[in-house]
Amino acid sequence: MSSATLVTDAEVTVEQSRAPLRRRTPYREPPSDTVVAEAVLEARNLYKSFRKGRSITPVLRGMSVSLERGKLTAIVGQSGSGKSTLLHLLGTLDVPDAGEIRFDGDRIDNLRPRGRDVLRNRYFGMIFQFYHLLPELTALENTLAPAMIGHSVFGYWMNRRKLRRRAEELLELVGLSHRLSHTPRRLSGGEMQRTAIARALMLKPQVLLADEPTGNLDKAAGDEILRLLRTLNEQDGLTIVMVTHDPKIAAQTDRVVRLVDGKVEET
Amino acid sequence: MYKLLLCLKYLRTRFIALASIISVTLGVATLIVVNSVMAGFTNEMQKRIHGILSDVVIEGYGLSGFQNADDVVARIHEIGGDRVAGVTTTAHVPAMLNFQFRGQWVTRQVNLIGIDEATYADVSDFGEFLLHEENRRRISFALREGGYDDRLPKETGWERRRRYALLQAAYEEEMRRIEEARTPRQFSATYPHPNPLPEREGTRRLTEEVHVPPPVFDEPNSQEPPAGAARDLAATSQAAVTDPFATARPAGPPPLAGESGQTGHRFHPGEEQFTGIILGIGLALVRRPTEEGKSEDFFLCAPGDDVKITVPTDGAPPQPVSENFTVVDFYESKMSEYDSTFAFVPLARLQEMRGMIDPLTGERAVTSIQIRLEPGADVAGFRDELQAAFPSAQYPYRIQTWKDMQGPLLAAVQLETTVLNILLFLIIAVAGFGILATFYMIVVEKTKDIGILKSLGAPSEGVMSIFLTYGLALGALGSGVGLVAGVLFVRHINEVAYGLEMITGHEVFDPNIYYFREIPTILDPLTLAWIVAGAMAIAVLASVLPALRAARLHPVEALRYE
Repeated sequence: MSSATLVTDAEVTVEQSRAPLRRRTPYREPPSDTVVAEAVLEARNLYKSFRKGRSITPVLRGMSVSLERGKLTAIVGQSGSGKSTLLHLLGTLDVPDAGEIRFDGDRIDNLRPRGRDVLRNRYFGMIFQFYHLLPELTALENTLAPAMIGHSVFGYWMNRRKLRRRAEELLELVGLSHRLSHTPRRLSGGEMQRTAIARALMLKPQVLLADEPTGNLDKAAGDEILRLLRTLNEQDGLTIVMVTHDPKIAAQTDRVVRLVDGKVEET
Repeated sequence: MYKLLLCLKYLRTRFIALASIISVTLGVATLIVVNSVMAGFTNEMQKRIHGILSDVVIEGYGLSGFQNADDVVARIHEIGGDRVAGVTTTAHVPAMLNFQFRGQWVTRQVNLIGIDEATYADVSDFGEFLLHEENRRRISFALREGGYDDRLPKETGWERRRRYALLQAAYEEEMRRIEEARTPRQFSATYPHPNPLPEREGTRRLTEEVHVPPPVFDEPNSQEPPAGAARDLAATSQAAVTDPFATARPAGPPPLAGESGQTGHRFHPGEEQFTGIILGIGLALVRRPTEEGKSEDFFLCAPGDDVKITVPTDGAPPQPVSENFTVVDFYESKMSEYDSTFAFVPLARLQEMRGMIDPLTGERAVTSIQIRLEPGADVAGFRDELQAAFPSAQYPYRIQTWKDMQGPLLAAVQLETTVLNILLFLIIAVAGFGILATFYMIVVEKTKDIGILKSLGAPSEGVMSIFLTYGLALGALGSGVGLVAGVLFVRHINEVAYGLEMITGHEVFDPNIYYFREIPTILDPLTLAWIVAGAMAIAVLASVLPALRAARLHPVEALRYE
C-alpha cells in the first residue's frame, strides 16, 4: 500500500495506521490540543491535467498542501485554478497524474478502487455546490444512503433502528426535522444543502470536503450553511476543507489556501 | 440495501419500464399458450395413434399373410413373459366398399381389417372409439336395437332395418303388382315360374349352375333369430319369381361348411343381418357447412344398413369377391386418416371370404400380429428382442413399434413445435432488446445519480448490481404476470375461442379440420419453468450492457453530467 519511509514525523501511530482501512474505527475522538497541528490530509507535488481531444490542459502543476486536523480550511482561487480538481483528488474521486496524497500518513492515491470506495464512504463526507441528492429518495433516505451503501442488506436490517435514529438526529441538527419524508424536489436550495450535510455526516467522517457549498444559494441560506459548518467545526472538531471563490466566505475560515495556476500561494 | 431501495424506486417511477414488463409478459404468455396447445395436440395425436395401433406390430410383407401365427404368438408370450398385456392377430386387406344412398351407389376405398373380437380390445383402444356404449364395453358384430350416439340419425340399429325392410317389401309388392298387370295372364298362371335366374356375368356362375337350389317357399312369419350368422342370398332363384328386382342384388357368398343346411333360406332383412361391419365414421359422414357458418353432420349410411365389400382373394392372380355386410357401428378415432379408411369385420369371416384357410390343414393365415405391453414396459427394447428372435434373414416379418409406423407424422409435429418455439423465443429476444434500449436510456438519465452513489462510496459492482437487479426484477415481474396470464388463458382457451366466435362470427377452432371438439392443452410444469427462466435470463442479459456502462462511469464526469 504505502511506503513507510515517506511517513512524516507528524504521524504518531504509523504502525497502526498502516493496517487495512476497514479495520479502523470509523470515528475517532476529536484530537486533543496537543496534536492540533497534525496533518490529516496531505498533498505532495500533485500534478493533474485533463485531456480533451488533442489538447492537454494542465490543472494542477506540482502543488503541495497539508491540511490540519480540526481546522476549517478554505481553498480559494480563480475559476479554473484547480480548486475543485484538488478537492476531487483529496476525496479520491479522481487520481492524480503524479504526486501523492496521504490520509493519516498513508498514501491513498494509489489505493485499489475498493479501498477508495471505503474511504469515501466512511472517512470523507462530501457536499457539493449542486447538492447532488438522489431525486427518488426522501430527505431521510438520502441521509441514510451512505449507511445503506456501507452496510450489507443484513447488516443494515439489523441496525436499521439505530441508523434511522442517527439520521433523524442529524436532520434535526441541520434543522430539517419537519422535512424527513420530502423528496429533494420539494425542498429549497438551503434545505437541500442541509440535507447533503446531514448525509455527509451520517457515518461520522473525519474530514468534510465541501465544494462551493454556498455557491448556488442566496446570501441568507449561504450564511446559514456556513454557520452550520462553523458550528460543526467548533463543537465537534470536524475537519472541514471548503472550496470557495468568495473571499468573504474564505475570510471566516481558520486558514486559506490560495491556488494560482495550479500551485499553492499561501497567505 | 441501497440497491434494493433504488430498484424499487426506479420500478415505481419509470413508466418506460412498464413497457418492457409488458413485452416480457406478452412473450411469456404467448410461449406458454403455444407450447401447451402444441403439447396438447401432440399428446392427443399420440394417444389416438397409440390407441389405434398397438405397441408392437409384426407384419407379413404380402396380403396372403403367414399361417403359423399361433406359434409366433406362443413365442411372443415366451419372450415377453409378464410384460405382454395382450396379443391379437389381424388381417389387413385393401377393399372396396359399396353402398346405396338415395339410389346412387357410393364407392369407397377402404382398408379392411379382420379382427378377433375376443382379443382385439386387449391390444388397442379400439373399443373406446366405437359409438355404441355396449360395443365400447365389449366388441360385438351383432347389430344393436338402438342407443347409438346422438349425432346419428334417429332410427338406427334394428329399428332402421325393420323400417327399411317394410318399405322395401311394400315397394317390391307394388312392383310385383305392376309387373303382374303388365304380364299376360297365362304367364301368371304358371306361377311359380320354374325358370331360374338369367345367367349373370361373374366368377361364381359355375357354382350357381351346380347349386340350383330346390324351390323353397318362405313362410310369411319366419321365426329365425334376428342376430344370427350371415345368411346367404343363394336362394335368389325363387326370389326372382316373386321379385323381379332381386337380380339387382348379387348372390351372397358360396355356402360354407356348416351353413349349407341353410341353403335356400330366404333372407329377411327386417329380422336378420349379414355379418357385421364396423365402418370408420369418415366413410359414411359428410360434413357440410350451413348458412350460419357452422357445420352439420350428415350420414350417408347408418348402423342397420347393408353394404357390399369387395376384396381380392388370396390367390394368384387375385380375384374380386364380394359380400354383403351389415353396418353395426361406427369407429371414430378422430384421426381423419383412420376414420375415413378403416373398416372392421370379423377375422374369421374375412379369412373365409379371401380363402386364407389352408384347404388341407385348415390353418388360417393372418397378415399381422399386434402386441400390447404392460404400461411402462420398454417398447423399443421389446421390439429389438423380437427382432433378435425373428431375424429378418429367416422370417418374413417386419417388426415395428407404433412410433416407427407413425414416425414421419410424429417427427413433423415435433419439428413444428421446435420451429414455433424458436420463433417465439425470438419474440422474447426482441423484448430483450427493448429492455436493453430502455435500460440504456435509464442509465444515461441516471448518470448523475450514479456519480452521487460513487461519491458516497458505492463500489462499481454495487452500481452494476442495481441495474442487474433491476433487470431481474423486470424479468421476474414480467414473466410472473405472463405466467399467470398464460396459464389462465390456457385453462380457459375453449371459452376464449367461443367468445372470439361470438364476436367475429367465424369459427375459430373448426372441428371440420381438427376432429377435436375442444382445443386440447397440456401445462407441463417443466416447460413453464424453462420459459420463465429463459425470459428472466434474457431480461438480465439485456441489462448487463447498461449495467457495465453504469459501473464504468467516472465519478467526477458523472457528477458533472447534466
